[in-house]
Amino acid sequence: MTQMTFARAINAGLRKSLENDPKVILMGEDIGALGGVFRVTDGLQKDFGKHRVVDTPLAESGIMGTAVGLAYRGYRPVVEIQFDGFIYPAFDQIVSQVAKMHYRTQGAVKMPITIRVPFGGGIGSPEHHSESPEAYFTHTSGLRVVSVSNPQDAHTMIQQAIASDDPVLYFEPKRRYHDKGEVDESLDLGAALSLERARVVTEGKDVTLLAYGPLVKTAKDAALAAADEGISIEVIDLRSLAPLDFATLEASVRKTGRLVITHEASQTGGLGAEVAASITERCFYHLEAAPVRVTGFDVPYPYSKVEMHHLPSLDRILDGVDRALGRPNSLSGLEG
Amino acid sequence: MFTDDAGKGGIAAGGPGNSAESNRRTGGDLVQLITPGGERVSHPEFDPWVRDVNDEQLGALYEDMVVIRRIDAEATALQRQGELALWPPLLGQEASQIGSARALRDDDFVFPSYRDNGVAYCRGVRPEAIVKAWRGNALAGWDPFTVNVATQQIIIGAQTLHATGYAMGIQNDGADSVAVAYFGDGATSEGDVNEALVFAASFQAPVVFICQNNHWAISEPVRLQSHIQIADRAAGFGIPSMRVDGNDVLAVMAATRIATNRARHGGGPTFIEAVTYRMGPHTTADDPTRYRDANELEDWAAKDPIARLKSLLERKGLLTEALETAVAAKADAVAKALRAGTINMPEPQPLDIFKHVYSTPHAPLERQQDHYSRYLASFGDPAEAASEEGAR
Ligand SMILES: Cc1ncc(C[n+]2csc(CCOP(=O)(O)OP(=O)(O)O)c2C)c(N)n1
Repeated sequence: MTQMTFARAINAGLRKSLENDPKVILMGEDIGALGGVFRVTDGLQKDFGKHRVVDTPLAESGIMGTAVGLAYRGYRPVVEIQFDGFIYPAFDQIVSQVAKMHYRTQGAVKMPITIRVPFGGGIGSPEHHSESPEAYFTHTSGLRVVSVSNPQDAHTMIQQAIASDDPVLYFEPKRRYHDKGEVDESLDLGAALSLERARVVTEGKDVTLLAYGPLVKTAKDAALAAADEGISIEVIDLRSLAPLDFATLEASVRKTGRLVITHEASQTGGLGAEVAASITERCFYHLEAAPVRVTGFDVPYPYSKVEMHHLPSLDRILDGVDRALGRPNSLSGLEG
Repeated sequence: MFTDDAGKGGIAAGGPGNSAESNRRTGGDLVQLITPGGERVSHPEFDPWVRDVNDEQLGALYEDMVVIRRIDAEATALQRQGELALWPPLLGQEASQIGSARALRDDDFVFPSYRDNGVAYCRGVRPEAIVKAWRGNALAGWDPFTVNVATQQIIIGAQTLHATGYAMGIQNDGADSVAVAYFGDGATSEGDVNEALVFAASFQAPVVFICQNNHWAISEPVRLQSHIQIADRAAGFGIPSMRVDGNDVLAVMAATRIATNRARHGGGPTFIEAVTYRMGPHTTADDPTRYRDANELEDWAAKDPIARLKSLLERKGLLTEALETAVAAKADAVAKALRAGTINMPEPQPLDIFKHVYSTPHAPLERQQDHYSRYLASFGDPAEAASEEGAR
C-alpha cells in the first residue's frame, strides 16, 4: 500500500499499462515534456519515448480519428482530452466512429480506445473547463463510460479500461486530483472489482444515495452529517455510468426504499433521469417515495464566482435526502 | 509513424526568417520595416501602406504598446494577489496586437482569442472589463456590439469560423467593413480553422486571418503543428498570405492595411502570419521551464517589440522627455484604474446563474430557480447561506 494522490495513481496505472503492453500508446496535447496540464502523464514520455507518449498537434478530432486508425492497426490508444469542454471537437469521431465500429463490422474491428477526460467543476476555472459531458456518451451505444472517485479505483480502473476491448470514456474528477489515498499497486486486475460494477461505499438503511466521480466524497460527507441526525444513508459509487450496475442499485433501493441521485451535470436528460426512471420501473413496489435528483441546474456552467451555487453541495444533498424521507425541507408545502 | 524528427525544420528559435533552418522553407520572406536595432528599413511593397504614419502617430503606437504591457503586468500581479483566477499574458506580442488593431476601422468586427487583450484595449474595451471574466465575475466582460469585438474565444480556433460567417454577412449586406479573426499558431491545427479557410476562400469573404505565431501552444512548439511555414498553409486554400515580423509594429500595421483594403474592395480573404514570441508563460498556471529553453527567451528578448520602437523613436529624435512622461503617466493611470476597477467590482449574486440562459421564459428552468431560491431562503439569510455553500 502506498499513499498517493489521485493524479499520481492514474500516472502509475498508465505506467503499468505501458510496461505490460507494447501496443499501448498515449496521445494528447501537452502530455509529453509538460506531463499534461494536470501532470497526470508526468515523466512517461521521458521513460517510454516519443513513440509511445505522443504530443499531438492541437486538434481533438485529429487525435480521436487517428486513434481509430491506430486501433485498426492493433494499437490500444489512450487519448487525453485536456479538459471536458474540449471533447466536443472530437465528438463526431467518438460517437460516429469509435462507438459504432465494432457493430458496423460485426465484431471484426475492435476499438480498444481509452479516452481520459478531466471533468467537472469546483476549481475556479474559466469557461469550457468545468463541464460534465458524460450523458452525451452514456446516450451513445457502443461506448463504456466510467468515472473514478478515489486513488485506488483510479489506479485499477485505468488499467482495466485500457485492457478492455471496448472503447471506454474514463472521467477523472479534476477537483480531486490532489486528494490522497491508499493505493495497492500490486492488486491483480482480475481479482479487482470489475469495471462494470458499482460499489457500496457506506452502508445504510434509510436512503440510498448515488454519486460518482467528484461527488462521491461530498456524498460520503453528507452521510456522516446525516448520521448525526440519526439518518442512515447508504452511499453508492456508481463507477460505471454505462452500463449501470442495476443489481447493486436494486438491492440497495429494495433495502432502503428511497433513492437520491446526485451529479454535477445539468438535470434534464442527465444520468439521474435514467437512474430514476429505471429504478422506478424495476423497484416500483419497493419505493416509499419518488426518486430525488440533486444536480447542477439547467444552465451553462456558470462563472467561477458563483459556481458553488450550481454544484451540488453537502447541504443541498441533505435537503434532497430530507425530501426523499418526507422530512421538512426547502420545498415543504410546495406541490410537485 | 511518430518519428522523433517529424517536426524538424520548424521556425528555429534563432529568429524569424533568419536562420538557415527557415531559409530552406518555401514561402515569402519575413517582412520587416523596423530592425531589432530600431532602424527603419525600406520595403517597396509595404512602405506605401504606412507612409502616412507621422511622428505623432509613431509616438501613439509606442504609448499603446507601453500601456498594454502595463495592463498585462498589472493583471499578472492581480492574479498573483488572488484577485484574478487566471491570466493569459501577452508579453512580447504587443506589436502584433497594436499594429493590427490600430489598422482597423471602427465598423470592422474582431473575433479574438483569450490572449488578445491588447486588441480589446485598442477597440475601447475598458481594462477592468477585460479582466472581468478572468476574475470569475462573468463569462464575458463586454457587449460585443458596443466595441465591435466578439467575446474572447477559449475553444481553440472556433472564432475563425465566426469571423468568416460575419464576413459573409457583410458581403450579403453590400457593406465594405471587414471581419478579423485572431488566433495562435497551434490553432491552425484545428479542424475549425481549416474549415474557416475553406469557407472564406469559397465565398471570397471579406475576412482577415491574423495568426500570431508566438512559437508555442502551451508546451508544444510550432514545428509540431506545421511542417511548413504557417503562412504557406493559406496557399493550399487559395488564400493569399503574408509573413511579417510580428515584433515590428509598422510591418504588422502595413500587412493588416493591405489585407483589409483587399477585403473592402472585393478581393476576398487574406492570411497574415505575425511571427512573434510569447515571452511569458502560457497562463499564470503554466510553468514554461518544463518545456522551454532559457536561451530561446534571451534571443527573443533582443527582439523586443517595445524596445525596438523606442530605438526608432530615439534615432528620429522623437523620444522626448515630454513623450516619456506622458506615456508613463498614461500607463500609471490605466494600471491604477484597472486595479481599482477590479477590486471594487460588484460581486455576482447567487440567482444570477439563472439569468440569460434563454431570451424568453423557460418554465422548467424557472421552476429550478424558484426551488433554489426557496432553498437559499431556508437558511434564513440567503447571503449567509450562499457564503456557506461551496464545492465541498
Ligand atoms: C479545442 C481546445 N483544445 C484545447 C484547448 C486547451 N488550450 C488552451 S490554449 C492552448 C494552446 C493554444 O496555442 P495557440 O493556438 O498557439 O495560441 P497561443 O496560446 O499561443 O496564443 C490549448 C491547447 C482549448 N482551449 N481548446
